[in-house]
Amino acid sequence: MRQSTLLAASIIGLVLSSGPAMAQQETWELPRTSWGDPLIQGYWTNSTMVPLQRPESLGTKEFFTPDEYREQLRLEFEEEYGETQAGTAADVHYQFDDYLMNKQADTITDNTRTSIIYDPPNGRYPALTEAALASREAYNTFRRDHQWERARNRTQSERCLIWDQEGPPILPLGYNSTYQFMQTEDFVIIQLEMIHDVRIIPLDGGDPTEGAIPQWLGNSRGHWEGDTLVVESTGYSGRTNMPGLRGAPMSPDARVTERFTRVDDETVEYQFTVNDPSVWQAQFSGSYPFQSIDGPMFEYACHEGNYGIENILSGKRVEEHDAWKAENGITE
Amino acid sequence: MKFRNRLAVFFFCAVNMTFPVAMHAQETDFPRLQNGTPDINGIWQSLNNANWNLEDQVAQQGAVESLGAIGAIPPGQSVIQGGSIPYRSEALEKRKDNFASRRVEDPEAKCFMPGIPRATYMPQPFQIFQTDTDIMMAYQYAGAVRTIYMSNHMNAPIDSWMGWSNGHWDGDTLVVEVQGLNPNWLDRSGNFYTNTATITERYTPMSAYHLHYEATIEDPAVFEEPWTISMPLYRRMEEGARLYDFKCPEFAEEIMYDYLDKDNYFRNLGIDPDEVRNAQ
Repeated sequence: MRQSTLLAASIIGLVLSSGPAMAQQETWELPRTSWGDPLIQGYWTNSTMVPLQRPESLGTKEFFTPDEYREQLRLEFEEEYGETQAGTAADVHYQFDDYLMNKQADTITDNTRTSIIYDPPNGRYPALTEAALASREAYNTFRRDHQWERARNRTQSERCLIWDQEGPPILPLGYNSTYQFMQTEDFVIIQLEMIHDVRIIPLDGGDPTEGAIPQWLGNSRGHWEGDTLVVESTGYSGRTNMPGLRGAPMSPDARVTERFTRVDDETVEYQFTVNDPSVWQAQFSGSYPFQSIDGPMFEYACHEGNYGIENILSGKRVEEHDAWKAENGITE
Repeated sequence: MKFRNRLAVFFFCAVNMTFPVAMHAQETDFPRLQNGTPDINGIWQSLNNANWNLEDQVAQQGAVESLGAIGAIPPGQSVIQGGSIPYRSEALEKRKDNFASRRVEDPEAKCFMPGIPRATYMPQPFQIFQTDTDIMMAYQYAGAVRTIYMSNHMNAPIDSWMGWSNGHWDGDTLVVEVQGLNPNWLDRSGNFYTNTATITERYTPMSAYHLHYEATIEDPAVFEEPWTISMPLYRRMEEGARLYDFKCPEFAEEIMYDYLDKDNYFRNLGIDPDEVRNAQ
């Protein structure tokens, strides 16, 4: 514990000292590709302690002061370390320490926001529509009654189809938060570590509804607006979830606008707006930084190594079999 | 066979005799990037029988007869220089076992990433992106992807399905050395390599519309000597051509997990699934 506190302290120090490079701001020159676009190619992380939705107790407070932020990090680290205590479910599931899945072993983006969502001003998801609420209710009922029966009744992320944070909009995950951006004159390519998904964004400024067939990550079209990459996406599969909203997936005609702006050597500011009137009663926006990290990015072969599905289902079958044996007085 | 041998000799001579002319033609026949390297950006696809069988293939009933002629194996000629794969004898046995269990054991049937070189000749397109530094190849099948490191070369830090790719330009040919591959199959016939394989790929533009692709496969655990496949790759010319999702894990769930489906599992044990429901 003592060691972890020291580590946490040193990381907080690092985070704060490597923050927005104020001193460099004057002289910093935006790096560019050989054809003149702002350079965003490289490896980035969006690992963060900032929640998507703001705790209600914080009201409309959008940012922490540096002191509050430092204290917030300390509490978060402490809480995470609590999860690695022997005998807890979290510890059995992921031994954070051993596999470097603890955030303290990770690069954490420097961000004093109290939540990623900043609009509406309470920093929380807007209200869902009646239809979305009903759809979520139906999903939850189905899950309760049938989730153990077969592979296709498990969640999409367990089945290695998609993670709820893949977007667009791209939202931070608990771990494996690496993104590889690649650039050609005609495309920006974003490779997400989980689940080795590649977003190929044509830079023709075209309409994302044009010639589109529904896609898990939607259809994205981008263009440079000054030094900001603006990406418009729509044409979702109708199965793409946002975090915490399983059962109320983004509708096929959801519109998402993303803005990527490189503001210094270490940082690409990311901003997004989601407009999906059949799911949400209002549009909402969020923002966070991507922070530069060293590569390479390793292959995340989710499905190829998916022991989880087999273990979950076979565990349940044994449990059911035991119950049946007890019911029928079979003892061996 | 005799005819084919003669044909091969003819082509060998023809290629050698016309080589300087061909090189000259190439210089003007395909686009280049500003830095002078060939521009091979774009969406490409093979058009052959290699994914069914790298070797000669006679038309044959497929592994799933209930699919009718849709599931049948089409005929095609070998893409291997020399015609067949120089297996060690015990490896040849393994290939036969693979073939027998291909309906459920072919990594393609399971939606596993196809590895190299199989990714190149899957019956789905792939896209090449040439950045200022590294090259990315994205494959429609299973959303497989790899980075080809053009300068910061290193040995594979860890094995992976798509391997570790170090690339360089040899004249107008992109040469990619791939190692650190997981064991994988090379086609639907059960041809395979192990995790000691190294693959040397060569992508040579022949026109704005096609590449010549070669891959030399070296794996002393399985093969007597290195062997080479070659084939043309064609540019997809459809207006608006692009890669689409082929997230196939859900298409593989029946062959992989059906035995754990609640109804199947208890029927297989001779227990009525409804009785199990009532016991809960």
